[in-house]
Amino acid sequence: MSKFLLVLLATLVSGSAIAAGGYANLMDAEVDVSDEASLQRGAQLFANNCMGCHSAKFVRWNALPEELGVSMELIEENLIWDSGYQAGDVMTAAMRSEDASAWFGAAAPDLSLTARSRGADWVYTYLNSFYVDPDASIGWNNTLLQNSSMPHVLWQLQGVPQPVYEGSGDALKVAEIVVPEGQQGAMTEAEYQQATKDITNFMAFMAEPVRAKRQELGVWVIGFLLVFTILAYFMKREYWRDVH
Amino acid sequence: MSDATTKAQGGMLGWIDARFPLTKMWNEHVGEYYAPKNFNFWYYFGSLALIVLVNQLLTGIWLTMNYNPSAEGAFASVEYIMRDVEWGWLIRYMHSTGASAFFVVVYLHMFRAMLYGSYQKPRELIWIFGMIIYLLLMAEAFMGYLLPWGQMSYWGAQVIISLFGAIPFVGEDLALWIRGDYNISGVTLNRFFALHVVALPLALVGLVVFHILALHEVGSNNPDGVDIKKVKGKDGKPKDGIPFHPYYTVKDTFGLGVFLIFFAAVVFFAPEMGGLFLEKPNFEPANPLQTPEHIAPVWYFTAFYSVLRAVPDKFGGVLAMGAAIFLLFLLPWIDRGKVRSIRYRGLGHKINLALFAFAFVVLSYLGLRAPSEVYFGLTVTLWAQIFTVVYFGFFAFLFVYTAFGFEKTKPVPERVTE
Amino acid sequence: MSQEGANKSRRRFLTGAVSVVGGVGAAYTAVPFLAYWNPSATTRAAGAPVEVDTSTLQPGQKVNITWRGQPVWVIRRSEAAVEALESVSDQLRDPDSAVASQQPAYAQNPHRSIDPEFLVLVPICTHLGCIPSFMPQAGSLDADWQGGFFCPCHGSKFDMAGRVYAGVPAPTNLVVPPYRMADNGLIVVGEDQEAA
Repeated sequence: MSKFLLVLLATLVSGSAIAAGGYANLMDAEVDVSDEASLQRGAQLFANNCMGCHSAKFVRWNALPEELGVSMELIEENLIWDSGYQAGDVMTAAMRSEDASAWFGAAAPDLSLTARSRGADWVYTYLNSFYVDPDASIGWNNTLLQNSSMPHVLWQLQGVPQPVYEGSGDALKVAEIVVPEGQQGAMTEAEYQQATKDITNFMAFMAEPVRAKRQELGVWVIGFLLVFTILAYFMKREYWRDVH
Repeated sequence: MSDATTKAQGGMLGWIDARFPLTKMWNEHVGEYYAPKNFNFWYYFGSLALIVLVNQLLTGIWLTMNYNPSAEGAFASVEYIMRDVEWGWLIRYMHSTGASAFFVVVYLHMFRAMLYGSYQKPRELIWIFGMIIYLLLMAEAFMGYLLPWGQMSYWGAQVIISLFGAIPFVGEDLALWIRGDYNISGVTLNRFFALHVVALPLALVGLVVFHILALHEVGSNNPDGVDIKKVKGKDGKPKDGIPFHPYYTVKDTFGLGVFLIFFAAVVFFAPEMGGLFLEKPNFEPANPLQTPEHIAPVWYFTAFYSVLRAVPDKFGGVLAMGAAIFLLFLLPWIDRGKVRSIRYRGLGHKINLALFAFAFVVLSYLGLRAPSEVYFGLTVTLWAQIFTVVYFGFFAFLFVYTAFGFEKTKPVPERVTE
Repeated sequence: MSQEGANKSRRRFLTGAVSVVGGVGAAYTAVPFLAYWNPSATTRAAGAPVEVDTSTLQPGQKVNITWRGQPVWVIRRSEAAVEALESVSDQLRDPDSAVASQQPAYAQNPHRSIDPEFLVLVPICTHLGCIPSFMPQAGSLDADWQGGFFCPCHGSKFDMAGRVYAGVPAPTNLVVPPYRMADNGLIVVGEDQEAA
């Protein structure tokens, strides 16, 4: 029986690692949706830098106060640019999708669930994988998602990352990305990594706002079930004295 | 309880019993249903399957209250349930976890039957009903998976329905008829919704009733494969039997507790299970113009998916996949052995069965991977082909081993062992 | 198998304990299923209070809005209309708004409002649900008409405070929804006036 459980556990653990997808070299986003300060910083960065083009149409603005630990007034003052905002509105982008298609070739995808469809580690790595590419129509490229229409929106914070190529011809690829001395942005490397972690954290929150609460509740539920199961075991043992 | 209360209860119960066989049914199926006393770990999974069925029905009905079965609204309605409906997230996770839990429990339940020969005479019909339930369950899960209308929902359905298209002569028309449209669309979604919510649950519940009635008609098997009805006591009851209530109701309550701990652990701490239970591409709305990098069915189908992909010819693959399931139906007639339980069967059978289980697990794993990936020097496709041979080999070996008397069994005891 | 020597009291205790704990578990499990039926966040947002700007409203005019799927009229009454309310009291079925369900406490007065100048009503006839016609002009319905509402479906009449006349099919006064007076001439329909 215990052998079976061991096999089951091994299958589940390896299964989950396997299904996680083919990216072997993702950076660890260290998501912590209970970190209110991080979520607040992430929300601000997201609203200021991403929502020009990207919507998060499944997320209502009034879902933010509770999890971020701030008042709705503060959110309305600092994050919502839409003067026609009504209570209950969702996070829409400033740019209309028709315009985006015309200007960039494709509408910027909605980001409500990206932290779940791609994974938080992917998002974090993505924000740290931009580099200058004169051959790309928008002048930027990304090692994780090649030739998309997304520019490096955060370059003023990170600086201008330069690619270091290796190989040649068809085998040409970017070996690493470096921000040269004279082209640093407003943040140091550590600060930029923290900022992108914050954005990722906020996106993880947006993808599943209930996550922190469900984990909290889970502790109680399993505790209760343990009590129940232990009692049930003693009851079983008591009745089965008849049988043995 | 006072005499007056007993009499009053007897009164009300008596009133019902004169008009409806309530006490009679209770006695026949629970209170005086004598089950073997040596049920072990493998015998928890029948009652657990029933619990999971109830869970799916209840959470499913609740989800239907807020789900929108149109191509335009489906995906958003699921997010609506997850975010805006009170406790909607919990109902949704209970339903998605329940779907996978159903297959875990059902596979273990089926394996029990293989371990102890519960499909052998006189229980062939219980096995057939069970296999029909399994088939309907796969259809139910497949249709349910289309409903969130995510990328994997759409493309997974596209792949599977195109398998029907592989059938010669009638294939294309059949696929068109199933879809109701030239490509998978809201038309397909709506009809799958009707089948998933109404038709298949009704059929499943009916078949579960038949399954249990067929079982009770013959009586339960046990880990020793001994017929407990052969040795009866002075009271006419089997000496090795105990009434289902209170002994197995109490034991199954404990089993339920253990199961719920695992279930809750998944629901509250890992509902996605690393992409096995809720696949990552399904968090993107269905896009008919863009295929995901890697299409795979949900884990509980991947063994058969492996068999399908192992055969290079499309229709050949469909036939092989069908045969892999169909052969299970025929198990009572393929196994010509007279001894039920693995405890007393030949070494060859033990090894054969272990290989079968191992092949099923490996095939399931391979079905999740891309065909070109390499493990220990061989591609996934090649490994799948090897283990498909092992899988089919189980049935071939079993038949030859038992039909021609090669199996050397041990003597089966008269009474059950503890 | 035998039940001899069975510790009945321990058995009873354990059965009882498991039943109680199981019952508590079942009750806790029922909570999400029941709460699921409550109005969702989207529904609550759609049912949010509506602000009405009365700064440009003339006496005798009304503003139509929708609140929680219902029509609501905000009417600015002329002084004459407010004064005339007293004179029709004896023709009314419920002149003192005794039926409490038809208005909030702060509208339980002769003018059925917080500020006599403004009337806030749900214009659904309390007979069978038609929308009455707004007839603020004295003498517009008949010679004695002091202004009010006339329902064309079955002839029910209400005065300029929404109070129902006696002898008409409608049984009760028109409903006054919760509302409050806000700054800058705003009336917020859907929120109660805090006690002064």
